[in-house]
Amino acid sequence: MPEMTLIDAIRQGMDEELAHDPNVFIVGEDVGVRGGVFRATRGLFDKYGPQRVMDSPLAEASIIGVGIGAALYGMRPICEIQFADFIHPAFNQIINEAAKMCYRSNGDWTVPMVIRAPYGGGIGGGLYHSQSLEAFFTHTPGLKVVVPSNPADAKGLLKSAVRDPNPVLFFEPKKGYRLIKGEVPEGEYLVPIGKADVSREGTDVSVFAYGMMLYYTLQAAQKLAAEDISVEVVDLRTLYPVDRESILTSVRKTGKALVVYEDNLTGGYGAEIAAIIAEQAFTDLDAPVRRLAGPDVPAVPFSHPLQDWFMLNPDKIAAAIRDLASY
Amino acid sequence: MGLSNEILLDMYWTMLLARRTDERAWVLHRQGKIAFHISGIGQEAAQVGAAFALQRGQDWISPYYRDLALMLAVGLTPLEFMLSVMGKKGEPSSGARQMPSHWGLRRANVLSHSAPVATQTLHASGLGLAIKLKGDKHVVLTTIGEGSTSQGEWYEAVNWAAIHKLPVIFMVENNSYAISVPQDKQMAVPSAADKACGLGLPGISVDGTDIVAVYSAMQIAVERARSGEGATVIEARAYRLTPHSSDDDDRAYRSREEVETYKKSDPIPLTQRLLLSKKIATQAQLDEMEKRAQTEIEQAVADATAAPYPSPEEALHPVYAEEVTHA
Repeated sequence: MPEMTLIDAIRQGMDEELAHDPNVFIVGEDVGVRGGVFRATRGLFDKYGPQRVMDSPLAEASIIGVGIGAALYGMRPICEIQFADFIHPAFNQIINEAAKMCYRSNGDWTVPMVIRAPYGGGIGGGLYHSQSLEAFFTHTPGLKVVVPSNPADAKGLLKSAVRDPNPVLFFEPKKGYRLIKGEVPEGEYLVPIGKADVSREGTDVSVFAYGMMLYYTLQAAQKLAAEDISVEVVDLRTLYPVDRESILTSVRKTGKALVVYEDNLTGGYGAEIAAIIAEQAFTDLDAPVRRLAGPDVPAVPFSHPLQDWFMLNPDKIAAAIRDLASY
Repeated sequence: MGLSNEILLDMYWTMLLARRTDERAWVLHRQGKIAFHISGIGQEAAQVGAAFALQRGQDWISPYYRDLALMLAVGLTPLEFMLSVMGKKGEPSSGARQMPSHWGLRRANVLSHSAPVATQTLHASGLGLAIKLKGDKHVVLTTIGEGSTSQGEWYEAVNWAAIHKLPVIFMVENNSYAISVPQDKQMAVPSAADKACGLGLPGISVDGTDIVAVYSAMQIAVERARSGEGATVIEARAYRLTPHSSDDDDRAYRSREEVETYKKSDPIPLTQRLLLSKKIATQAQLDEMEKRAQTEIEQAVADATAAPYPSPEEALHPVYAEEVTHA
């Protein structure tokens, strides 16, 4: 299997779906000639032309709203929001329109579309190029929310998202675009939406994470193995609808649960995982469910010492696991 | 212009049916038999004139909540409307999930819309984009009140359609008020059509109580759209003869004298006078149409009253496309 970066796998997934279905098209800011500011669509404009890899005006609500209209006509838009932080002008279109269309029309109208958005900090992006926004969308029935953590999953999940008949938010850990490398299967494959994955088996503590934090958690688990702490790492992959069974199976095995997420602690997505475990696996627990997350300040600050203070990293995650293991 | 006497009579019939249906809903509300009504009284000529310029059932519509006459023109029945105001099972826009007059009619290519204003105009541009990408010849009509043209999403939608010369007609039904706020507090230009020039497409302002004038303006816009020349903004000037909704009291913000003045330009008697003066219809024919409308509406009220409510478990689905059971 060839090894590739996260962003190359994402691009390959889009390339294959453009070739697979003539109704698929990409729309977003700078996705065309420039190939995207992160180069996620590099080469696709030349290969598929301006009608299938389309530069939008600089107006995010229109990227999503026009995408919805096109989807209602039978197209399969892949809408790119340049940074997740810029998704807020399109919030109304996502929450009030795309998410509710099927329900409010009693199934007469459905919106097959993918919204790709690079998220997360640690790249010197300050408050408005670093946010983790999944919790807004995992609160919204009608949407599916996917966050890949490695190249193979990213490609297979993205292809599933394009073929899904519903609106799918696809948050990509931008710090990992070129940092995270991995083997990607050759040939056609899909990774199903709605299934978690046990990335590493262990017996002492279960850690639930996704995206960039999953990558860091695997590094922490590796380090703790030398200290004789056996960590099971569960990659949630799909945040909504979440794979409850995989969560409960793991926590019943280890009896200890840590949820790691990069977003602010309060009201973050990990709170839902903690609630599921507390409600359905209370008697299996040997310790309180713990959360390790970003601090409750508005967003990631720019200056490096400030950014480092905000961001989780393998050392912080290892410390939290060590603490929980010793409970 | 191609308006035969027969078509003019059909247009008047649709306006009349809309007016009497609308009035009946007000009575039902005052009788305590329905919870809410939002009216299109005063805007029937604009809506019917627009609808009849389309290839109804083939072209696409992304409407707003005052469009009862437009909906009847594309095949919604008084019974279906009465089912919706009563929240009864089988209501075709939303299965009684949405408040009344939140339209949607798949069989007539009418999109489902929400309550936050102007969102539907971006969907119209998306439809127009998809129609163009697929090489089809349909046109899209999207309607909106003049107050809602203050929304950024309206400008974004018109901008998209202008850039890509999309086959979309943006009709502004200017009824002079957005709940209580008059036009001069919504815009500095005398006509909503004037906004078009800043976005690079034609804007036409017509007397929205004159059904022939509206139809003629629409014909120009439809021809432009269908021949690939692009989008048009049409302002149809009218006056909202009722309060904003059944929950509004318009005496708080406008005088009775003002409303009485505008009743002189009520499109229903104006169109009656047109038909009589051009000898397209006799008074006896008009009287007969009144009776026919009353009979049809009373039957609709009776049938809707007798119809069942949805069962509570219907509220669970369909959140996702996979749950849609009908074709």
